[in-house]
Amino acid sequence: MAVAIEAPFHVLAVDDSLPDRKLIERLLKTSSFQVTTVDSGSKALEFLGLHDHEDSPISTQSDQQEVAVNLIITDYCMPGMTGYDLLKKIKESSYLRDIPVVIMSSDNIPSRINRCLEEGADEFFLKPVRLSDMSKLKPHILKSRCKEHYQQEQNLQSNSESNNSSNPTSENSSSSTSSNSHKRKAVDEEILPHTIRPRHS
Amino acid sequence: MAAAALTSQLNALVNNMFAMGLLDDQFQQLQMLQDSTAPDFVSEVVTLFCDDGERIICELSRQLEKPNVDFDRVDSYVHQLKGSSASVGAQKVKNTCIQFREFCQQRSRDGCLKTLDLVRTEFYDLRNKFQAMLQLEQQIQACYPKH
Repeated sequence: MAVAIEAPFHVLAVDDSLPDRKLIERLLKTSSFQVTTVDSGSKALEFLGLHDHEDSPISTQSDQQEVAVNLIITDYCMPGMTGYDLLKKIKESSYLRDIPVVIMSSDNIPSRINRCLEEGADEFFLKPVRLSDMSKLKPHILKSRCKEHYQQEQNLQSNSESNNSSNPTSENSSSSTSSNSHKRKAVDEEILPHTIRPRHS
Repeated sequence: MAAAALTSQLNALVNNMFAMGLLDDQFQQLQMLQDSTAPDFVSEVVTLFCDDGERIICELSRQLEKPNVDFDRVDSYVHQLKGSSASVGAQKVKNTCIQFREFCQQRSRDGCLKTLDLVRTEFYDLRNKFQAMLQLEQQIQACYPKH
């Protein structure tokens, strides 16, 4: 249980450029995210457990699907599968569509930005991405997790065992942290039944 | 004393790179991201940029030597170089890439070849300075005992 609370949010970063991958990795790590980087859209889908031509995850990974990645940040311009193609694949997949997606591009083309947002992207960053952009990521993660949580709660309404207030870690872990991680912990406590229950029931 | 002299030499070099417009504030962003958890971050990114840039410039020469130039392909390589230049704050190279892309759109082989020469000169000038910078950093680090 402690592990679930302390674990940082996991971001999957997709960029074909090696210097850019290094930069985005550093920006995310500095902002306390756990980071996985891949160099193409197809590798991203592979990491997420989605085959190129299927809408179902690989069976062995399906149990961890929802906790594996909290957000995907992808470059727009990539050879083969573009960031836009990747976004569409994610939003078409019932397993992945709730993961927030952020698109990055060095070209400031309004029609491109709008197309990505219409397709379900949560945010669009102009490259080079800056440290100040990183603060825009957490709200999207928290929003998507709350949404999932409410859906889960509705599914479990008949379950009389669902009681958040008995979480024993809520009092003793809140004294020595910054206001930022306070916020983080508070939200984690809320979503805890969601992440724990599937494993135990 | 040696470390102090090397440090002022390094600062002068970097300040000069800013003053000449080779670098912009994105490079300061990189410097900000370097700390004790990533002590070699700037040199790592700079090295990746130098390797990546060299690869792209070689590829651009090859593409422009072909009898039938595929300008879309050339443009995508220039786009890559522009992207990694922007990421390290290599302002001058980045700006030349912007001109280069205009010649790609115009399907101007002469324009592309001229701009390739320019971007090559600018890139290798920058690379030399980056290498001098990294060398000075190494010499400064060598002045202090290791943990």
